[in-house]
Amino acid sequence: MKVDFWGTRGSIATPGTDTERYGGDTSCVSIVDGDVSHLLVLDAGSGIRRLGLSIDPQVTHIDLLLSHLHLDHIVGLGFFAPLFRPELTITIWGPRSTTPLLDRLGRYLSPPLFPVRLRDLQSSYQLREVPSGPFAAGPFTITAEAVIHPDPAVGYRVAADGRSVAYLPDHEPALGPAFPSDPAWTSGAGLAAGADLLIHDAQYTTAEYAERVGWGHSSVDDAVAFADLVGARQLALFHHDPSRSDDAVDALLDHARRARRAGEVVAARQGLPITI
Amino acid sequence: MGAPVELILIRHLASRLAVPVFVVDRAGDLVFFNEPAEAVLGRRFEEIRSMPFDDWTTAFLPTDGGNALSVDELPLVVALRQGVPAHRTFAIKAGDGARRMIEATAFPLLATGNDLVGAVAMFWEVPG
Repeated sequence: MKVDFWGTRGSIATPGTDTERYGGDTSCVSIVDGDVSHLLVLDAGSGIRRLGLSIDPQVTHIDLLLSHLHLDHIVGLGFFAPLFRPELTITIWGPRSTTPLLDRLGRYLSPPLFPVRLRDLQSSYQLREVPSGPFAAGPFTITAEAVIHPDPAVGYRVAADGRSVAYLPDHEPALGPAFPSDPAWTSGAGLAAGADLLIHDAQYTTAEYAERVGWGHSSVDDAVAFADLVGARQLALFHHDPSRSDDAVDALLDHARRARRAGEVVAARQGLPITI
Repeated sequence: MGAPVELILIRHLASRLAVPVFVVDRAGDLVFFNEPAEAVLGRRFEEIRSMPFDDWTTAFLPTDGGNALSVDELPLVVALRQGVPAHRTFAIKAGDGARRMIEATAFPLLATGNDLVGAVAMFWEVPG
């Protein structure tokens, strides 16, 4: 599996000279495995725009998995060029809620927030709410599970060829009386268990987290603790805080590498692929 | 996979409440009760950790008016099996041997998508 990061920033896009190394676009990750005609995309933050412009011409089907519908994870949808290509088949998956996915996404993709309505998209697309068990998407087996984050939100486990990627971009497993403790009672632990690559929320420093408990995000220390708890081989720090400069991300990465008990740590960076 | 996030959250919440709370999973097996519940039930959760449906529904010998309550009459079982809130006042024999009257309100835990992930009972000791 080849994992590409198109957007690694949390909350709001932050272009600028102090974020140019790790990137200022919001969440978007793509995965391919063997069958180049099938592309898997995780979230539709602002980074999905550049992905849409550079898609391999052999791609005929795209599965777009939305972790949740907060704006930083869907803001790029209307700028995703493949949605306007009628020859492509696109399936957009999102978390279940009491309101249909079409209605929820339609709130954003309709005037006055956006000039184009969902029904005007030209690709052959369908919207689907994630099932409660594993499902197939081309060469991938996907598992979605609700995780701790405000509003309906899921994390994903993507498996293919005996390898796995866990994607928990917005996640606060430390919310509760004891963390880390029993994996069976830890949000997202089942999804991330033994993953070859864990892409995990690492928005805050420990001091920042103390002021933002319940906001749905993790400190770098908690991301490391979660990775150790679930036995992830490699942790990619993700959803960098918009206030974090490249140098500050470097410092947090150094800290995380020292804190990790067993396993590697990288800081997710736009344009830096990871091959599993 | 571990517990559904809704059960994780309700367990976290219950652990911070002064009201006795008893939580079961979708199979009806006990997964948690909090410290205030320990005082009423006369059992410590840490000593039990979990309890199958068939055990907890009979362990406390529930009675109403001196008559044994059937499993299907317990509010938590009604909530779980019928998917509706339920309320009842009845007596139990606690683990410490005391007979206590309790008033219990139970409700099903329906996650988004209407998935039943468990049920919760909140209860109080009442005179009687």
